[in-house]
Parts: sequence; structure tokens; C-alpha cells
Amino acid sequence: MSGPDSSSPLWKDEFSVHAADERYVSRRQFSKFLVLTSLAMLAGQVWILVKSWFAGEAAAPPQVAVARKGEIGVGEVKLFTYPTDQDHCILVRTAPDTYVAYSQKCTHLSCAVYYSRQSNQLACPCHRGFFAVEDGRVLAGPPQRPLPRIQLEARGDELVAIGVKERA
Amino acid sequence: MTDYDPAKLPPKSRGLNVITGAMSLIVVLLMVQMWLLTATLDSYLAGRHRVAPAAIISAAIFACCFGLYLFIERIDRQVRKRG
Repeated sequence: MSGPDSSSPLWKDEFSVHAADERYVSRRQFSKFLVLTSLAMLAGQVWILVKSWFAGEAAAPPQVAVARKGEIGVGEVKLFTYPTDQDHCILVRTAPDTYVAYSQKCTHLSCAVYYSRQSNQLACPCHRGFFAVEDGRVLAGPPQRPLPRIQLEARGDELVAIGVKERA
Repeated sequence: MTDYDPAKLPPKSRGLNVITGAMSLIVVLLMVQMWLLTATLDSYLAGRHRVAPAAIISAAIFACCFGLYLFIERIDRQVRKRG
């Protein structure tokens, strides 16, 4: 900072640009801001790249028994967490021998979806997104991607979650 | 027909035109980069993990933007020097 006794007066530090050159300065500064925005977006891309590398090296998904056969009736649901305690999922028995499970997180803005027995659909109450219960595809509303499906395997009397299938 | 000739404009006006053109180009590149970022994020969240090409293109766009910025700085300096 320049004090009152320095070589250049204080007003020159505060108003370093002539009024006639002001247009140049504002355009140049705006360009600098745009380039910094571009840098920020590149940083975002790199962040996604690094995340995808680590995701590729992730360990195999755990195998967790989520329900017993017959534990829930046809048209009923059971909530569980998979693969971690923070990932909430929903298991639906759609027919006597058919069970399907999906991530409960809506692919729009991550609200929890619920099963509507009346319409036989999975619904997101936040923005009225609807998913087919058979395969999790989007039927209506703002979501762009189907619900991630939890892969189930019947082992004896138990239904075991063996993985999560993300879909485009 | 008009007798408009950009070469006859005073240096400051010409400099300003060049700067505005370069800045517009940066804005267009930025919009493409923004679209690329959202598309990559959407693809990544859908489980596709091949994002390296998008990162390379984004880096190329940033390089172009930075090059244009250096060009703007140079033009700005030249115009100021001429007064």
C-alpha cells in the first residue's frame, strides 16, 4: 500500500485507469473472469475424472441378505440399506415369485421414492417423478435416468443383494 | 452501399472491436464447456465411467480461452501504447 509520503499519490492507486480507458479495462477484467470460469469448469471435469478412477478401483459390492421370501406380501414393500448404511433402498414384491429392488433416491434431486400400490408405480413426491416398478424406467416427470437397480439373488429362503446396477 | 471500412477506424475503436470479438468467442467456448460438464456429470451419475475424452476436450477449450485472453491482453497493450 502506498502511504501519503510515497512517490505516487494515493488517488493514483485508487483510480489507476483513465476514464477514457475504462471500457478496455472492464472488458479485459470480464475476459479474465470468463477464463477463470473456464478453469473452474476444467477443475470440475478433472474432479469427475479422478472420481471415476477411484470408482473403478472400488472393492466388489457386499452381499447382504435383505429379506426372507414371504416376509412381505404381494404389493408390499420393505425398506433396507445397501451397499452402505447411507444408501436407502426399496424392495417390492410385485408377484408371488417376483421381487424387485431399487435405490430409493430419485435420480432427479435425490428425494426418497415410495411405492404407490394404486398405480403400481414408484413415485417421487417432490417433483412428481414416476418410475415403472418392473424395471425402474422413467414414466413421467423431471427425472432423466432410471432408478439404480439392486441386483437380487435368491439363496434358499433369503433374498440377497449382490450389487447395484446404474443405468443411463 | 456504405463506405464503411474497418481499417479506417481509429486504433482505439479497432482495438475495441477485436477485443469484443475475442470475448464473444470466449463466451461461446464457455457455453460449450458448460454443456460438456453437465453432460459428463449426467453420464457419470448414470454409471458410465469413461470421462477422460471429455476432460481432454475441456482442457483444450480452456487452452483456447486462455489463448484468447492473452490475445486480448496483447491488443489492449498495443492500443494503449498507441494512445
